[in-house]
Amino acid sequence: MTEYTFAYLDEQTKRMIRRAILKALAVPGYQVPFASREMPMPYGWGTGGVQVSAACLVPEDRLKVIDQGADDTTNAVSIRRFFEKTAGVATTTRTAEATLIQTRHRIPEAPLTRDQILVYQVPIPEPLRFLEPRETETRKMHSLEEYGLVHVKLYEDIARHGQIATSYAYPVKVEGRYVMDPSPIPKFDNPKLESAAIQLFGAGREQRIYALPPYCQVVSLDFEDHPFEASKADHICDLCGSATSYLDEVIVDDAGGRMFVCSDTDYCETRRAAGHRGRLAATEEEHFA
Amino acid sequence: MTPLLQVRDLTKHYGARIGCADVSFDLYPGEVMGIVGESGSGKSTLLGCLAGHLEADRGQVLFDTRSDGPRDMRAMSEPERRMLSRTDLAFVHQNPRDGLRMGVSAGGNVGERLMAVGARHYGGIRAQALDWLSRVEIAEDRIDDRPSAFSGGMQQRLQIARNLVTGPRLVFMDEPTGGLDVSVQARLLDLLRGLVREMGLSAVIVTHDLAVVRLLADRLMVMKSGHVVEAGLTDQVLDDPQHGYTQLLVSSVLQV
Amino acid sequence: MITVSGLSKNFVLHNQGGAVIPVMRDAALCVAPGECVGLTGASGAGKSTLMRMVYGNYLADHGMIRVGNLDVAQAAPRQIIALRRETLGYVSQFLRVVPRVPTLEVVAEPLLALGHDRTQALARARDLLARLNIPERLWPLSPTTFSGGEQQRVNIARGFAHAYPALLLDEPTASLDAANREVVLTLIEEAKARGAAILGIFHDEAARVRVCDRVVDVTRFTPGMVA
Repeated sequence: MTEYTFAYLDEQTKRMIRRAILKALAVPGYQVPFASREMPMPYGWGTGGVQVSAACLVPEDRLKVIDQGADDTTNAVSIRRFFEKTAGVATTTRTAEATLIQTRHRIPEAPLTRDQILVYQVPIPEPLRFLEPRETETRKMHSLEEYGLVHVKLYEDIARHGQIATSYAYPVKVEGRYVMDPSPIPKFDNPKLESAAIQLFGAGREQRIYALPPYCQVVSLDFEDHPFEASKADHICDLCGSATSYLDEVIVDDAGGRMFVCSDTDYCETRRAAGHRGRLAATEEEHFA
Repeated sequence: MTPLLQVRDLTKHYGARIGCADVSFDLYPGEVMGIVGESGSGKSTLLGCLAGHLEADRGQVLFDTRSDGPRDMRAMSEPERRMLSRTDLAFVHQNPRDGLRMGVSAGGNVGERLMAVGARHYGGIRAQALDWLSRVEIAEDRIDDRPSAFSGGMQQRLQIARNLVTGPRLVFMDEPTGGLDVSVQARLLDLLRGLVREMGLSAVIVTHDLAVVRLLADRLMVMKSGHVVEAGLTDQVLDDPQHGYTQLLVSSVLQV
Repeated sequence: MITVSGLSKNFVLHNQGGAVIPVMRDAALCVAPGECVGLTGASGAGKSTLMRMVYGNYLADHGMIRVGNLDVAQAAPRQIIALRRETLGYVSQFLRVVPRVPTLEVVAEPLLALGHDRTQALARARDLLARLNIPERLWPLSPTTFSGGEQQRVNIARGFAHAYPALLLDEPTASLDAANREVVLTLIEEAKARGAAILGIFHDEAARVRVCDRVVDVTRFTPGMVA
């Protein structure tokens, strides 16, 4: 353990990142540039989130890492191991027990508390990128609050699909000021962006950090006659029976058989432990037994 | 009556070369002014400086704002200037590709300015887009097509619709009929004239086509080497040109 | 209504050695409301030039051209534009319109430009076109494709659409048949009756005698020519 500085990054780097985080918290939704470091993992594997987590971790922390809601996917496992090894912090898969959660593409179902920090891995921090490719121009648009173009994108969705078809990375306006990309979380999670926890967003390749301080206002953009809807698959979880959680569709055989299960594995397990049962839960347990 | 636009001593150099020099004029509400001259005479530079696309070296461009009366656009803050560009000003480019979003549908192109000034009702935006498409003679069923699927004349009409949808008071046009077939030009001229009259628009039109200015412009400025050499009523300048250059220009046009 | 005095003009041809061609010297005339004054003189004496100067189409070098309350010789372009829109009509020999615009719109345009109600403006246009015997099937078409005589009549209809207090007529009866000539002369008489001041060029002597109260020989103002 002595061969690594605590949480891998050197102290000066962590201070630099913390300054960026503080600035991001002070100006909610604003993308703060930071000097992203080379990490021992490729871009796209959460280098931004890892640097933010590294700058936030203290030895007493209990870390949870999820990828698409699951604790057991490669990305989540390797990042969890990374911090076990470099910071020696305790880890958990239980949302309620974690003090810092690094996530990719989901917000846990269980409401977060004021004692928790949620760190997002962000691939593309600029919500206007696909509408206006020039970085100089998008920066100007943010500074002048020229956000009509975001609605053009939503307009195109409705014109083409009859409804707003954007289903993830759904743009939000923070505290009535900055338009922000909430990272590729499903729009189902957008309402949970208004939270008691501190939410930090790290984009390693693009060298940007932005943040949502606790309880700040986050509004999903929409039209008056096409209001935002936090949609999900119209099913209940086949394992825990939850009708309100975000579901993954799983193909289970070659005959088109499929099941819907909570994408948040901890949420699902917690419910099953409490005795909730879905359509296929019994067979599942027999199978494991 | 207060002029909508008062230009004083507007000058821009490109290094040692003159872009335009000491240009002054007033434009009143409802007036259409043409600027003619050969390539390199400075007419496009002047238009760019007026519209704020180019930074002039000196001079004033006073626009009669709705709230505060005449204000120098060159001294405005960038947010103010950009807001003005989205509301009271419009710019029609010679090449519609420069003025349209080619990856966005016709309806989205027209709706953008509305959304930029706060429209948030999809049905309302779409209704206005449809209304404007019909005003520029684009069939309603093309509203969801991208401009890349349109002919040059249609693209130009779409660009005009996109610019006029927020009811601007001053439109800058850079060779609006350039690159179009003669028959398509005529249709566009007719359309522009109708819109100018209906909306009470003021316009500054840069062109090298004297037939176009005769039909569209009330007044004319003739530029040569960055300087205005002659200005006056359009038909007077064309029929009784005073400056040698204008006489040459007018006599060089083939009579049809 | 129209008063011209001390009016002079030269053409300067900068591209032909700066040749100075004097075309008008000390021209003077006046036209009272309800009066029609004819300009006479040989071809090249400057009848059209004088008419164009009154309309503001040619610049004056010296002198005064008062139409209503405006000195055209000194006026700013926008004042002349307003004068032409409201006060001073002009029927030229040539029709100059945007291609593709229907004849009915061409005739109604002066009224529409003044902000008249569209229905009324079109009704007035229909009335004039009918009086001038332009077949109704041509009304929705652009006059650019019409014969010379038809274009001339469309031009007249357009010139008489608005009740201008002052009117300039450049050979209004040229290339018209007897019936249409009669209609045009009646229109001129009606305009005089409502008080319009009319300045005209009529090569058609019978027409001149019928509508003109006086004639002014432009040769008097032609440099180098003796009246």
